[in-house]
Amino acid sequence: MNTVYFDHNSTTALKPQVLQAMLPWLSQTAGNATSRHIYGRNVRDAVEAARKQIAECVGVQASQVVFTSGGTEANNFAVKGITANLTPTQILVSAIEHPCVSRPAQSLAWHDWQVQSIKTNAQGVIDLADAEEKLNTRTGLVSVMLANNETGAIQPIAELAALTRYKGALLHTDAVQAFGKLAVNFETLGVHAMTISSHKIGGPVGIGALILDKRLDIAPLLHGGGQERGLRSGTENVAGIVGFAEACKLAAQTLKTRSSAQTTLRDELEIGLHDLNAVIFGQQAQRLPNTSFFAIPNIEGETLVTALDKAGYAVASGSACSSDSTEPSHVLLAMGVESDLARSAVRVSLGESSTESEVQGFLKALQQEVKRLKGLNAVAA
Amino acid sequence: MSDRKPIYLDYSATTPVDPRVAQKMIPFLTEDYGNPASRSHPYGWTAEKAVENAREEVAKLVNADPREIVWTSGATESNNLAIKGAAHFYAEGKGKHIITAATEHKAVLDTVRELEREGYEATYLQPEADGLIAIEKFKAAIRPDTVLASIMLVNNEIGVIQDIEALGNVCRANNVIFHVDAAQATGKVVIDLEKLPVDLMSFSAHKTYGPKGVGALYVRRKPRIRIEAQMHGGGHERGMRSGTLATHQIAGMGEAFRIAREEMASENERIRMLRDRLLHGLLDIEETYVNGDLDHRVPHNLNVSFNFVEGESLIMAIKGIAVSSGSACTSASLEPSYVLRALGRSDELAHSSIRFSIGRFTTEADVDYTIDLLKSKIDKLRELSPLWEMFKDGIDLSKVEWAEH
Repeated sequence: MNTVYFDHNSTTALKPQVLQAMLPWLSQTAGNATSRHIYGRNVRDAVEAARKQIAECVGVQASQVVFTSGGTEANNFAVKGITANLTPTQILVSAIEHPCVSRPAQSLAWHDWQVQSIKTNAQGVIDLADAEEKLNTRTGLVSVMLANNETGAIQPIAELAALTRYKGALLHTDAVQAFGKLAVNFETLGVHAMTISSHKIGGPVGIGALILDKRLDIAPLLHGGGQERGLRSGTENVAGIVGFAEACKLAAQTLKTRSSAQTTLRDELEIGLHDLNAVIFGQQAQRLPNTSFFAIPNIEGETLVTALDKAGYAVASGSACSSDSTEPSHVLLAMGVESDLARSAVRVSLGESSTESEVQGFLKALQQEVKRLKGLNAVAA
Repeated sequence: MSDRKPIYLDYSATTPVDPRVAQKMIPFLTEDYGNPASRSHPYGWTAEKAVENAREEVAKLVNADPREIVWTSGATESNNLAIKGAAHFYAEGKGKHIITAATEHKAVLDTVRELEREGYEATYLQPEADGLIAIEKFKAAIRPDTVLASIMLVNNEIGVIQDIEALGNVCRANNVIFHVDAAQATGKVVIDLEKLPVDLMSFSAHKTYGPKGVGALYVRRKPRIRIEAQMHGGGHERGMRSGTLATHQIAGMGEAFRIAREEMASENERIRMLRDRLLHGLLDIEETYVNGDLDHRVPHNLNVSFNFVEGESLIMAIKGIAVSSGSACTSASLEPSYVLRALGRSDELAHSSIRFSIGRFTTEADVDYTIDLLKSKIDKLRELSPLWEMFKDGIDLSKVEWAEH
């Protein structure tokens, strides 16, 4: 039985064209981008062409793109690198950030930073009034994601940028989930740094980038050979970089059609979910078109995910990064969801290949599993 | 001139990916694309299994426990994580002094410099003229507040092998954490971490026929070594290094290290024969000097200075082969190699040095071509050199008084 993959926010399949673009760099062609012979120059040219392509996708110049080993490194780099060059004051992050933003932010408390959290409303959107209240002239850095990985809720970054600019604070946004699913333009957002990742958009895992404002002063996280203009040392992962650029190009080309197709599928899914008395989180918010985060009350999310897996559907209970733990989602708790209901949460995230028949099949399987599990609950009770 | 690509003799900068490694990687780029952290569906399980198999392969090559291997994005990150991670963790109990060598890779030197900016003190040991660190000098550098020492196993420029066991024993006796950068060593020398008194060891895939962008850090469990994470997030790699694991990259590194383990003995023998052939061919050329000790050295490396030849002109003249002058990471600069200068080589000799690094796909014909090419080009360049002419006339150049312009 083929499993239907509905966990695209965790990681998504590499596009065939991306693999084709990468293969020459995984074959016997050697070359270190810093070497000056033809092998090295070929690698350098490929890296720079890719950098230009990615820069175009987010509306910046090539020199503003710093390659990293992925979103986690880029977020750590942003939070630690920007604050390293500031006098310790206050850092503001939202309550729904990915741990690779919130944990480095919390670690700053050891370095005399005051770490504060921006509240979100019940729909999973940050409360701009709360941000405004907490922002002051001593705020050094603000970091809020562009779209949440669990609910898909899109955050008002451009509006937040207006507030932070007024107070003279720097703003970073983690655009890992939004990039490739929304049109993302660095200048329009008005941020100073932005994280993007390859494997969420059909590129390879293990490569990402931090997009930087030209005037931003940032300290490197990794020291060494001085690659990436001294901002990120380490031999360039050329196959990864080339694949990332190809994925960016393809994602930009298909964005509009994919977005409307996924919205239609997601709405269809949610009509079916309503019929099963599911609670849908953040449904009133502006969301990514592919994401639906819901709960069937009184059925454990973990149990349901396992049951659905047996039925041939791969979905997630929380975010994959924390799916080791049985803690309810911090995003849902921040939205004020009761922890019992939060424990029932299941995330469906659609991909480019998702079809209507897959969604219908999923709803049927879900209905059966819910019925079966409710029956078991009744026996237990 | 033909369109043929130059002969690749720069394996220490990076190695081509072995076709077997590429074959191992591709399935994880196409059908098996799960996130190894996704515990709830088979896509994640397949990926996790591949990651754990690769972890075993890496551990096997160096005789470690798989639980002692932490994935990173490469040796640069491993070196940063080991040095900053251990220094930060143990500074409070031990102190803020670090020992390293002047001939380390930039990823170690720049990381130590960064710690100096944070208030640590560092001793940069100068090697002997053969490139090796004298144990007595190392011992003498240790202070009561020495928290960490970092010495590489195999040097990237001159290929010399340090006596890690002896250095490690000194560290053990003085309660100093010992980190070893082994990026240039895997598949070239036998590494037995069960026996070696090493606490932390950095590895790279792309120097051992694996992909670029992946590496590992060995973190000893017995006695247990602790490090402060440098990347925080989902808590992957038991909290020591967060970030979604790149399954294809990791599978590639595992396969590369498996091949290294199985083929190292025979491969090194073949490479040694090629290196000796190259060495003898080049030493036929007058005024040629080998940089670094020849006995304590991996067979893959030959670093030679050609006196009375300007390095840049030489590189331009030998376009038929791809080699490096200075290590690749610094070869964008025209500074003479800091490693050769630390060996006490004059600027002139350091400037005229070439690193030949031989690998899995080098043939005898490649070596012969290289010897012939060097012989003819060096002859030509020296014909143009007034210094060479003076030298041949028996003038002692060190005694010449040069007129000021």
